[in-house]
Amino acid sequence: MISKTLKHDPYNLIITGVGGQGSVISSKIIGNMLSQSGFHITIGETFGASQRGGSVMSHVRISSTKALSPQIPLGKAHMVVSLEPVEALRVLSQFGNSHVKVICNTQPLHPIGVISGRAGYPSKKKIDKSLKKLSSKVWLFNATGIAMDIGDPIFANIVMTGALTAAKKLPMDRNNFQKSIESLFTTDKIKQNLVAFDKGMDMINF
Amino acid sequence: MEAVSSLMMGNQAIVRGAVEAGVKVAAGYPGTPSSEIIDTLSKTAPDIYTEWSVNEKVALEVAAAGSFAGLRSLAVMKQPGVNVAADFLMHLALSGTRAGMVLVAADDPGALSSINEGDTRLYSKLMGIPLLEPGNFQEACDMTKWAFELSEQLKSLVILRTVTRLSHASGNVIAGDIKKEEKKAYFEFNGNMLDPMTGIVTTIPVSIKHSWQHEKLHQAGQIFETSGFNTCEGPENPELLIITTSICDLYAKEAVDVLKLDNRVAVLKLGTTWPLPSKLVQNKIQKAGAVLFVEEIQPFIEENIKVLSAGAADKFGEKTYFGKLSNHIPMIGELNPDIIIKVLQQIFNLEYQSSSDSYRKVAEKAVENCLPEREIAFCPGCPHRASFFTINKVLGLDNQDGFTCGDIGCYSLGILPGGFSTIKTLHAMGSGTGLASGFGKFSQFGMEQPIISVCGDSTFFHSGMPPLVNAVHNESNLTMVILDNSGTAMTGFQPHPGLSMGTDGKSAPGVDIADVCRAIGAETKICDPFNLEKTEKTLLEFIEKTRGVNVLILKQICALSPEKKGSKPFNMSIDKAKCIGEECGCNRICTRIFSCPALIWNKEKNSALINDILCTGCGVCAEICPSDAILREKI
Repeated sequence: MISKTLKHDPYNLIITGVGGQGSVISSKIIGNMLSQSGFHITIGETFGASQRGGSVMSHVRISSTKALSPQIPLGKAHMVVSLEPVEALRVLSQFGNSHVKVICNTQPLHPIGVISGRAGYPSKKKIDKSLKKLSSKVWLFNATGIAMDIGDPIFANIVMTGALTAAKKLPMDRNNFQKSIESLFTTDKIKQNLVAFDKGMDMINF
Repeated sequence: MEAVSSLMMGNQAIVRGAVEAGVKVAAGYPGTPSSEIIDTLSKTAPDIYTEWSVNEKVALEVAAAGSFAGLRSLAVMKQPGVNVAADFLMHLALSGTRAGMVLVAADDPGALSSINEGDTRLYSKLMGIPLLEPGNFQEACDMTKWAFELSEQLKSLVILRTVTRLSHASGNVIAGDIKKEEKKAYFEFNGNMLDPMTGIVTTIPVSIKHSWQHEKLHQAGQIFETSGFNTCEGPENPELLIITTSICDLYAKEAVDVLKLDNRVAVLKLGTTWPLPSKLVQNKIQKAGAVLFVEEIQPFIEENIKVLSAGAADKFGEKTYFGKLSNHIPMIGELNPDIIIKVLQQIFNLEYQSSSDSYRKVAEKAVENCLPEREIAFCPGCPHRASFFTINKVLGLDNQDGFTCGDIGCYSLGILPGGFSTIKTLHAMGSGTGLASGFGKFSQFGMEQPIISVCGDSTFFHSGMPPLVNAVHNESNLTMVILDNSGTAMTGFQPHPGLSMGTDGKSAPGVDIADVCRAIGAETKICDPFNLEKTEKTLLEFIEKTRGVNVLILKQICALSPEKKGSKPFNMSIDKAKCIGEECGCNRICTRIFSCPALIWNKEKNSALINDILCTGCGVCAEICPSDAILREKI
């Protein structure tokens, strides 16, 4: 039984970042949080060798009626959660539209070409400006910094999950989160994940 | 009571279906996107015999033994693995099976994690094996379960073909009941030699077995005519009938939805694709104006349905067919809703834009020169980076145009700039050393280039040993470098025969790679690739020897392995006084060439910089800096 309603049906969420940042696990957690309320969830993603340091994208589709294509059609994202600033731009250039909302980590992760000095990386100012231009609302904060304060940059994905929950565009709450991580982590890790989640929630103000 | 659904990955749904069917034996070889199936079974189903086999052919044989002994069995592999297993597969199709047996083959349209775009479905036709293609997550579960029953009914292996976007995607699945049944394994062979359940199991006499195989296929075709896995949605007499299969069903339906064509287009989704349910297909085509085939990789249903239609031409005359053969659907790569939207737009002459012109213009301008490409690279602390660095250096020092034949694993990245573009040939599992064995024999034609092959530890057991034997026996000249990172790392650290741990995680007898190589007759040495100096010296000695087969085992555990992750042997830092940047004359070998994600070039400060978050402290970069400006301090 579905007890909650969606702002759009289907609701199309894209979680993006770089291989190793934990976008796959956060899409799974978010999927489980919404699945608890009876929604049909379809999550499309790829992983394997192609993701060693490459761009990764999870397409999470939430519907009250059916399974959907695991690939969202171009221009049809409602929300983009990005663990890396340039990756948010990359996704918006394909799946964005004038109504899309964005939650973005401000900590860059430089590709090998940039590290080695072969390629450039846009300035923070330019990224922020572009993100604002390409969305109807953008929340920007340093999720990696928050995660490192908790003890490990890997928690950035959970900080972002907290922020997405607080943005209130999807029918999910802290209880859903707690329930969905119970079977995934050990007791110690659950505590740290809850701290990360709460700090992420604090980052959203309207 | 309402049935409870849970979110499952396609591969988990396949596992659930197999467990519900009471599978007792499961064997496979790791390969994306199939690996989670055996991984999950080995971790969650202790009462099932689960095995990571040495290669896919053996996996299929182990599973077949289960079927012959009366146990429902499952073989799992990615598409190239089906090629490896193909010889036994053809014979198994002809000999028939006893207890239900299913081969799950995972294809990778778009080669997202492969170096080819093979289509398993053609094996079904080639070898006469019934074929099922789940189109969503619930079907991945239900169809797998049914495949065992079908196999038992037909006494034939059944192939279940999945694709990356189903195997690795997740969706809701309502699980069914698990069949709990005690089974005693026993192989009967004393019955009448032509009794499939009690006689000997073989393909001879071929004339009889081959005719039985055709009867089984005919029977499968009859069953498929009424299967609930073939569905049709849309108007009874559509202007266009889309015939599709697998995950493409969801793409096609999304495209029809987006373009609001549901009153004009019907979608016939086929779950049973070999043999085709010919009557069902013909009936639907008869009522349609035109037909569009939507499928990935080969035009498999397209070609075979066209053959059916040719046979029924007197019934419904000429129809217009769109698909790969008419250049409407691409022959290569993955499909997605947007590709189908475009095709439908073309067929129906419709206007559609994914986003407004103004948004697209702003987006194009905003991202112009702003999206640096993310090349795939070895992880920080990866032993392969150090190994390829040395191989490359040694071939340069040797200066005789020597080259490296590559193989399949993370180390295939050695073909890219991040692996110093070291690899010059790259094909199938084990093929690097086979090619090297050939190259190493051409001195009579004046070929004097030194030959290196690289091969992973799991690949060595899979298919690296026969070419090594071949090279020794035929007196080829080559150096095989075995990149031993102690596990099948790329697919998630599955064990292999070289380790003293079995599929179940318990201790198992390990087969020592060096002992095997020495027994084969190759001069064999072992080095730690993180010790650049010793590795370089040893490899150079091997290369400079003009005759014989040498093996250099470069042994260092994968940086991501569970036993290594988090441990940091060295604290790395930059000596700011010594690192003087562009003026040094080092040509920035550390950041321009070495390409470790944890070693950054700081343009403003004209100096190298360690990223402490990413650095695993392997210490290798300290050895490559000619000015000793990278410091390593033991922790």
